[in-house]
Amino acid sequence: MSLQTRHIPDRLDKPLTSLLLSWEVLLLVVAVSVFIFNSFASPHFLDVWTLSDMTFNFTEKALLALPMALLIIAGEIDLSVAAIIAISSTLMGFAAQFGFQTPTLIFIGLAVGLACGAFNGALVTGLGLPSIVVTIGTLSLFRGLAFIILGDQVYKNYPTHFDYFGQGYVIWVISFELVLFLLMALAFGFLLHFTTFGRKLYFIGRNPVSTQFSGVNVKRIKFILFCLTGVMSGLVSIALTSRLGSTRPSIAQGYELEAITMVVLGGVAISGGAGTIPGVVLAALIMGLVTFGFGLLNVPGIVMSIFVGFLLIGVIALPLLWKRFLWVFKK
Amino acid sequence: MIARLFKSREMLLALAIAILIAGVATRSAEFATPRNLTQAFNDSSILIILALAQMSVILTRSIDLSTAANLCFTGMAVAMLNKFYPELPMIIIILVALLWGLALGAFNGILVWKIGIPPIVVTLGTLTIYRGLTFVMSGGAWVNADKMSPAFIELQRQLILGIPVLSWIAILVIVVFAIFMRATKQGRNIYAVGVNPIAAVYVGINVGRTKFVAFCISGLFSGLAGYLWVSRYVIASVEVANGYELNVIASCVIGGISIAGGVGSVGGAVLGALFLSLIGLALPVINVSPFWQMAISGAAILIAIILNARSDKQKGRLILKKAQNP
Amino acid sequence: MPSLSLQGISKSFPGVRALHNVNLSLYPGQVTALIGENGAGKSTLVKILTGIYQPDEGSITLDGKPVALSSAQSAFALGITAIHQETVLFDDLSVAENIYLGHAPRGRLGLIDWKAMNQSASATLAKIHVSHIKPATRLGDLSIANKHLVAVARAMSIDARVVIMDEPTAALSAKEIGEVYDLVALLKSQGKAILFISHKFDEIYKVADRYTVFRDGELVGDGMLANTSQNDMVKLMVGRSVDRVFPKRASVKGDVVLKVQDLSHPTEFDELNFELRAGEILGFYGLIGAGRTEAMKALFGLTKPSRGSITINNELIAPKSAADAILAGLVYVPEERGNQGIAAGLPIFMNVSLPSLKQTSKNNVLRLSEEMKLARHYTERLDLRAASLSQDVATLSGGNQQKVVIAKWLARQPKVIILDEPTKGIDIGSKAAVHEFMAELVAAGMAVIMVSSELPEILGMSDRVIVMRDGLIAETFENKNLGAEQLVRAAAGIAA
Repeated sequence: MSLQTRHIPDRLDKPLTSLLLSWEVLLLVVAVSVFIFNSFASPHFLDVWTLSDMTFNFTEKALLALPMALLIIAGEIDLSVAAIIAISSTLMGFAAQFGFQTPTLIFIGLAVGLACGAFNGALVTGLGLPSIVVTIGTLSLFRGLAFIILGDQVYKNYPTHFDYFGQGYVIWVISFELVLFLLMALAFGFLLHFTTFGRKLYFIGRNPVSTQFSGVNVKRIKFILFCLTGVMSGLVSIALTSRLGSTRPSIAQGYELEAITMVVLGGVAISGGAGTIPGVVLAALIMGLVTFGFGLLNVPGIVMSIFVGFLLIGVIALPLLWKRFLWVFKK
Repeated sequence: MIARLFKSREMLLALAIAILIAGVATRSAEFATPRNLTQAFNDSSILIILALAQMSVILTRSIDLSTAANLCFTGMAVAMLNKFYPELPMIIIILVALLWGLALGAFNGILVWKIGIPPIVVTLGTLTIYRGLTFVMSGGAWVNADKMSPAFIELQRQLILGIPVLSWIAILVIVVFAIFMRATKQGRNIYAVGVNPIAAVYVGINVGRTKFVAFCISGLFSGLAGYLWVSRYVIASVEVANGYELNVIASCVIGGISIAGGVGSVGGAVLGALFLSLIGLALPVINVSPFWQMAISGAAILIAIILNARSDKQKGRLILKKAQNP
Repeated sequence: MPSLSLQGISKSFPGVRALHNVNLSLYPGQVTALIGENGAGKSTLVKILTGIYQPDEGSITLDGKPVALSSAQSAFALGITAIHQETVLFDDLSVAENIYLGHAPRGRLGLIDWKAMNQSASATLAKIHVSHIKPATRLGDLSIANKHLVAVARAMSIDARVVIMDEPTAALSAKEIGEVYDLVALLKSQGKAILFISHKFDEIYKVADRYTVFRDGELVGDGMLANTSQNDMVKLMVGRSVDRVFPKRASVKGDVVLKVQDLSHPTEFDELNFELRAGEILGFYGLIGAGRTEAMKALFGLTKPSRGSITINNELIAPKSAADAILAGLVYVPEERGNQGIAAGLPIFMNVSLPSLKQTSKNNVLRLSEEMKLARHYTERLDLRAASLSQDVATLSGGNQQKVVIAKWLARQPKVIILDEPTKGIDIGSKAAVHEFMAELVAAGMAVIMVSSELPEILGMSDRVIVMRDGLIAETFENKNLGAEQLVRAAAGIAA
């Protein structure tokens, strides 16, 4: 062997440079731009209460994006989250019909979410089935159950205090939903970026086989992630039902695609192994700003979604095109 | 021997369909008459065409979430064309539907091929873009039966040899597509790319271009389905086929098309679509509320996936001689 | 007059100069061996020859006429075929289709004629004496060796002028290797020009007429094998004389650390009994598919044995997962580095610290400085060649990646370390480093199991050798006056 041990430096790049060139900063720039655009385009935008109203708009979907990000980083996906919201809300409404009060309803909402998540998790980790098709199946199953129970009816009789979660404020203009989201974002961010659990997710997403060979219990971690996603869906169900004050089986239709859009826009690679929570939060903010801003301009939702579609494709295409441009340029 | 028969997904599905029909027939004999079954096939035609569209994409390890939106947009385009130019011959209308759908599919394909954006991301984007553009093009207005020319509405309902043109179109698509997938270079390339994309490069297949072709096929068939849908249900609106992607993917999964790519047959996709469609038709006959359909589809998908997995589960290596005894 | 000649070929990728001004000539009816360490540019050259890459500079002539191999199809059409190291074919397609993909016989209307394809496939398979493989069989249902033969058939399905064989015997048993040599002889007799890439010197000397040596993307020597000694060859490859591939060491053995009794599995292995002492290297030899890796996976908790016991330092362990085995002090460096050893895309230090996260963290909160410290310590000990610990592990050479894997396991301070094909596909410099390191480990009292299919490695490193055959232990040898012949006979079940 060599006489003197070769010293290997910890890192070569300067942390600040790599931070400035990061995806998250790009998103921050976009977010600020949209904010400025909105304030010019709509005179009422810069009002505190308007801004507060805006938060209701995206926090529910953003809450879904948090566990979804973890799942996608770990190489899986859950398309059934909106359907879990539907069945959770339906069963809460069902219980409300019988006079059960808010604490019980909360419990039911979360428990149903957990059960659905565990069901997904069992199929994926227990039977080794691909999560994309499993959750397409469970998305039909769960929402289908909601349809069976509720049909074309609506549940409306929720107890009086139940509306706090979706409509209440913690202090001044800061809504409960916003506080909930911020707390959850902090929690998920801490979990992903500062704990051993979060570190393992990146490994599982990159190479589940070598990670298993390294002594990590991949199946258990994935199962936990599906359960977590289920519980969060239950939580969103409580907030959303509380805000709407009613339950239809079609509740939260399309939320899963919006959550996935937030996650991908946020810099999480759809193939797994990369991405950050700050990125996802910024992406959620961008989508909220765009949706709300267009809404203030009376642009129909469906037209605005064209913009979101192009935004998603454009933002993902940009670094790919840039890389290609650089390579051609170097030649 | 019986076990070998069960291994074939197509045989299993055919059996399941037979049992389903037989089962429903015990409640209502009318269900199993040739007339009714022909009608059932007719009702399934659009789903069959869409399932074949999706199949070519899934085979290449991609997914197309925008097929229903493509259908909606193209349907609106030809409906509006027909509304403003009712004298335009139907052949032109169908041609426009095919080309419009093809263009939309090609857009997806170009993004996947030339820029390298993952298909799920591209089609997640175009799913909303295409539906949004439908709104923009129509100004939110619907096109109803009274705005459609008689030829537009009647063409697919004409009977040839007692079978509606719609069914004949589906049969034509099945035959053409089957020949394409089995006996042309592009068709075999689609399979090869799905089975082993790395090996495909080694044998000189352009993986990106093959995926592009798959998306073009998907778009082409979705466009055709767009015309067929609006003329069948005599409505063109932004809401057309909303959420239908799910049924399409479900048909493929039930039909044995593996989401991992490279595996699946035309017969399987057709039978999968038929099976799903028959469930929907059977429910009212056996007095089950239509609200059960979604849950039953979901259960069918889950069962299909579990069966899919069973068949390609890797056997533990057979090393010991004594374990190899027949 | 050479069949195929490359002059002044250069090829670069962003940040890497893969080939620089190389010349190569292949002659009809002769075998040219291409030798070089990993990263020397061999696979890039093969990709240029088969039209997958285009050279940045230089010219290619076929039978004296300049050609441009602009695509894989055009190279194939010109009669240049390759049999790659890992069979890159299509498991879910049939044997016939694998042979004829891209050039299937056409019938009416230009559509593929499946009947003709199956018939031609049978004919081609017969040409290479492999009639037992049926054209309609799904490729994935064949054994590895048979899949390889289908790859050969594909190369033979056109009238090839040039046949490139890239490490053709890497995954084969002794009998199958013999069949490959027969095939090479057959191709030679048919006047084809053969490029034979291998790192096994004995094989090269047996099979080839000429040689070309690459180092760091450049041609450093070529000539006739008859005029060059093996040691000269190694010097050309490495730039220095390497005679310390197998370090000599005194074997001082301690107590029994690992005891395996009657370990059995329903389909993979049966009645395994052996002991391992501290300070000992126990070699496991056998043919491909003999069950060695399967046995090691069971020791490591990845598969479940049906009966039997494993004890470490007299304590019974029944690992139900890798984590259990690691806790008990047993670690496993897997056979497939890329798939099973590292997580590509993540930094070196994270790869090293993964099994030690509990130890480097506090209350499950990560502590990067501790991780860096751990990674630095073990990678420096192994003389890892990397620019920084935050470098993506995928950018390292095969040998350095293996060092990362070993570092990761040493950080767990195991009692027993199992190395499965530790130097497979690694350049000779790193090979020597790994062997040196193994010697250090056992000198320090660790117990080592080494699964290897390379006879020189088994004979050079092991204190004892266990030979497995068809899932059973065929024989156990002390490494005193042990010859390769005895091992091969035991592995193949041939009586003396």
